[in-house]
Amino acid sequence: MAKTMTPQKASLGALDPGLARKLLTDMLLIRRFEEKAAEAYALGKVGGFLHLYIGEEAVAVGATSVLRPDDYVISAYREHGHCLAKGSDPKRVMAELFGRRDGLSHGKGGSMHLFDKSVNFLGGHAIVGAHLPVAAGVAFAIKYEERDQVIVCYFGDGAVAQGEFHESLNLAALWKLPVIYLCENNRYAMGTSTERALAQTQIWKFGQTYGIPSEKVDGMDVLAVRDVVARAVERARRDKTPSLIEADTYRFRGHSMRDPAGAVYRTKEEVEHEKERDPIVLFRERALAAGALAEADVRAIEKDVNDRMDEAVAFADASPEPPADWLFTDIYKEG
Amino acid sequence: MAVMTYREALNSALREEMRRDPRVFVIGEEVGLYDGAYKVTQGLLKEFGPKRVVDTPICESGFTGVGIGAAMVGLRPVVEMMTFNFSLVAIDQIVNTAAKLHYMSGGQFSVPLVIRGPGGPAAQLAAQHSQSVETYFYHVPGLKVVRPTTPMDAKGLLKSAIRDDNPVIFIESETLYNVKGEVPDDPEFLIPLGQAIVRREGTDVTVVAYMGMMYRALEAAEELAKDGISVELVDPRTLRPMDTETIIASVRKTHRAVVVEAGAGFAGMGSEIAAFITEQAFDDLDAPVERVTGANAPMPYAKNLEKLKTPTKEKILAAIRRVCNANGS
Repeated sequence: MAKTMTPQKASLGALDPGLARKLLTDMLLIRRFEEKAAEAYALGKVGGFLHLYIGEEAVAVGATSVLRPDDYVISAYREHGHCLAKGSDPKRVMAELFGRRDGLSHGKGGSMHLFDKSVNFLGGHAIVGAHLPVAAGVAFAIKYEERDQVIVCYFGDGAVAQGEFHESLNLAALWKLPVIYLCENNRYAMGTSTERALAQTQIWKFGQTYGIPSEKVDGMDVLAVRDVVARAVERARRDKTPSLIEADTYRFRGHSMRDPAGAVYRTKEEVEHEKERDPIVLFRERALAAGALAEADVRAIEKDVNDRMDEAVAFADASPEPPADWLFTDIYKEG
Repeated sequence: MAVMTYREALNSALREEMRRDPRVFVIGEEVGLYDGAYKVTQGLLKEFGPKRVVDTPICESGFTGVGIGAAMVGLRPVVEMMTFNFSLVAIDQIVNTAAKLHYMSGGQFSVPLVIRGPGGPAAQLAAQHSQSVETYFYHVPGLKVVRPTTPMDAKGLLKSAIRDDNPVIFIESETLYNVKGEVPDDPEFLIPLGQAIVRREGTDVTVVAYMGMMYRALEAAEELAKDGISVELVDPRTLRPMDTETIIASVRKTHRAVVVEAGAGFAGMGSEIAAFITEQAFDDLDAPVERVTGANAPMPYAKNLEKLKTPTKEKILAAIRRVCNANGS
């Protein structure tokens, strides 16, 4: 069991150009997607609550990059990034945010309830902490059927004070379930800092209580996230060992679009300071310095991502509203 | 046909479904080693082993969530609530996750899950262990809610619930576990969810009741027969979806209706049944629909107060006489 007190840093070594391209593309895609979503929200095309993932991209992209396509991912309500990283079509994700019939959930779920069975993305759950036992259940089924998949369960620091966090860690440890609990500690549960919410702010330490491998990682370093999650995945796949990972990250935007930039719970100086850790800028510089990518590659990636996001918005805009009779479909599964 | 207790009927339904489908497993507190707090799962651990009869620590929210997750990816869990009062600890999992996943995912995921255990008024168990919690569940689109009155229903409905692709809330009763009745031997004997049954035919008044209240209503009906009042008894069996057609057809025949429920009356099942009878069969009614319900108070411990809280045969008799205009006749 790792007894790390400071966040794990990525191991140094040659950076594969193909991998560098993929990681940068996936992170940029999430960033641009979220920027487009924010624009659409301002135009009234996206309603309800909208929780942006901007600043946290390295966690989803690093973690997913070591998963197999048939592994499962489950998340809370700040899940656009997790869903996109798992391979969902940005057009259909955007259409879901727009509440249109071509959305992943046919417009019935919205921003907080993305689901995509085709990539084993299991949602999209908006009651804090409630999807942690569900993740244990998926891992239970994997073990029951003697399969070798794993499930990654993302949640925020806000879920740690919930009973279901502790119930889930207990059950996963007790029954040895192949689940990786990946806490995205962005320091604030809405407007409540971890210092105001948790008697133990070193979240990874809760895993030690339950006797499972627990690590803290720099969540702004996509390669470090990759390393830590890769180890956890290997443990889970090999002998069904669960893990708790705490990714030290930060959201550059408000809790939701209704959280003003001048919010009282954190200072502008703090936000600006954290932006110096921008995971995309850091990784781009690193890839350039290592020679894994050239400036021209970066420009090509940016253009490609921008084009795809324009397409996603156009697709969502063109998709019709769900027909009226869909109000009553999918309440019960027939047959 | 075999004669068995309600408890044995449930046990045999679980056993048959577990033999039929390896994806079915039982999970909950004391279901395995202890053989079930009320012995409904007796012998299952011995036959199916700990992989399929899973003892849990006390964490209703946690193990209900485990059931939901397992169901989402293809298993068919039967979650036992030691008593249904404890389901309230897991109500968020049931109402916000199990009931809504199919809808929120646009039909991509489903939750073939049964949550079963005893509920309703019991004997001097006081406020937290003696209440009709079905109220909290039948309001929710996406859930099915079953309350089986007889051993035959217990078996046929539980088997259907396990084969259903949706989350089913299946509430038994401590007070009925020892009731005996005939149960078909055929392992393919199923009672469809959403189908009411006319337990006793009559012509003067329709009484709608389930579980312990049905047994009380039966006694009342026999007594009234001596006075020349012919009571028809309808048992909905499934509260959601409810077979309103059978109830309406009966009311159109008798022109009078009394609804009996053990739970507190305010916004209860009686309110719903009275409302749809009024909406659909107002012109057929010769009297207002009467409700006989539990008192609008928590369940007290003291025996005399407990009796006052619960609908008695006398209260049922009085209500039937009122709608039949037979008071003092």
